[in-house]
Amino acid sequence: MLKAIGIDEQAELSKVPGQEGNRIDTGTKPIVKYTGVTKSFGDLQVLKGIDLEMQPGEKVAVIGPSGSGKTTLGRMLMTLEEPTEGTIELDGELLWHTHEKGELVRAGEKHLHRMRSNVGMIFQHFNLFPHMNVLRNVTEAPRKVLGLSKEEAEERAVSMLGKVGLADKLKMYPSNLSGGQKQRVAIARALVMRPKVMVFDEVTSALDPELVGEVLEVIREIAEEGEMAMMLITHEMDFAKEIADRVIFGAEGRIVEQGTPEEIFDNPKSDRLQSFLQRFRSNGI
Amino acid sequence: MWDWKYAWDILPQLLSALKMTVWVTLCAFVVALIIGLLLAFAARSQFKPLSLITKGVIEFIRNTPLLVQVFFLYYSLPVLTGISIPAFYAGVIGLGLHYSTYLSEVYRSGIEGVPKGQWEAATALNYTKAQTWRSIILPQAVPPIIPVLGNYLIVMFKETPILCAITLVEMMLTAKNIVSQSFRAFEPYTLVGILFFIISYIASLLVQRLEKRMNLQRGK
Ligand SMILES: Nc1ncnc2c1ncn2[C@@H]1O[C@H](COP(=O)(O)OP(=O)(O)O)[C@@H](O)[C@H]1O
Ligand SMILES: [Mg+2]
Repeated sequence: MLKAIGIDEQAELSKVPGQEGNRIDTGTKPIVKYTGVTKSFGDLQVLKGIDLEMQPGEKVAVIGPSGSGKTTLGRMLMTLEEPTEGTIELDGELLWHTHEKGELVRAGEKHLHRMRSNVGMIFQHFNLFPHMNVLRNVTEAPRKVLGLSKEEAEERAVSMLGKVGLADKLKMYPSNLSGGQKQRVAIARALVMRPKVMVFDEVTSALDPELVGEVLEVIREIAEEGEMAMMLITHEMDFAKEIADRVIFGAEGRIVEQGTPEEIFDNPKSDRLQSFLQRFRSNGI
Repeated sequence: MWDWKYAWDILPQLLSALKMTVWVTLCAFVVALIIGLLLAFAARSQFKPLSLITKGVIEFIRNTPLLVQVFFLYYSLPVLTGISIPAFYAGVIGLGLHYSTYLSEVYRSGIEGVPKGQWEAATALNYTKAQTWRSIILPQAVPPIIPVLGNYLIVMFKETPILCAITLVEMMLTAKNIVSQSFRAFEPYTLVGILFFIISYIASLLVQRLEKRMNLQRGK
């Protein structure tokens, strides 16, 4: 049923003048689609041609050595980094570009603002607002950006903070929270915006080892709810294996291998992935 | 040498001039605060011509003497435009504009002190630029620079004698007028110095206390 709708919509879309035809052949309409994306910082090309699709609700784990461009990949989806070449589509619409007279041009802030409402991101270093208490950290954006009333925003925030286990910390300031608590606030803050895709960029790597579990537990629960697509950039291999629908292994700016968690972790094909996993296991992580 | 009675007699005149001096300083400070913030924004603008012009204007104002600037506002501008500005406004604008270039630098340091992650979090939550400035950046950038702004207020206060050159009746000009009538210079100028010292010293103690309090708050 869903697939049929997807195909019809595809057919519709490919008729739109200025839009490229024969876009996807998987049947469902992807929520995220990178096409030939590269990214350079000065002379350094960190992404060298990424083609990647995520389906609505799909949990995609992104693994790979550090410096391979994982963060940059996620930041481009959050509009924090502009692709050098290629396009990214979000929910069937170009993220960084618009069509003008049949030509692809860099989109303006207005377009980016509209598109961004579909995406959220959790950062390695939390980036909570230090001058606001926990409750305000979570209610500010729903009020200011989504235009919810104070009551609506607080209701949403309190229930989300309850979900991440922080219902009793509403009046605390971020500086008085542990790393694990900070990250859970950050997760609640991003979730109340109800994005369709969420980027998690190594959200546990700045945490003390004993605090990692509580954050992963929260992410696991969110993943189980299902409707939000998740890009999980992570070094937690066991966790990736457990909750990802698909795992992407990237190295040196390219996607080297991708597949189900079983394919990637139990039957790695490429030498690079094999040695990467080897190194991980021997480090006992 | 020092005539107490004479000093006592001229004190009321000097005190009322002190009120004027403080008033000019405060008005000029408000001008500097507002224009300084605008300059800081403009200098950061993505729109290159605006940021270049702004930086040029800042350099120009900083590298010309305040005295020349207030002379220009008071004596030359009326000739050029036909609009004459009362001495008080010329003084407020001149002093305020001059120090706005320094305050823009103070704002800049405050703004750059806010970690990049704060901007990114705001973008990730889809704040507009204006919302990001208002609720995320400025509330974090301003508190740490308040003591520095306080110090500039004191510096501006001590610059006000320059304004006697455009006939603004602040303390210095009042003292001068007294001297020209009585031909006694020692008491008036000494009193002016003492009054400047008292006000500046009290203000700097307040700023120090403020600074301590803010450090405590940030430490917790
Ligand atoms: N803003 C930037 N300016 C210059 N180089 C950058 C910038 N951001 C990332 N890089 C470089 O891009 C490469 C990939 O970085 P990143 O995407 O963070 O990799 P990963 O997350 O996989 O560790 C690294 O070599 C990094 O130094
Ligand atoms: Mg990274």
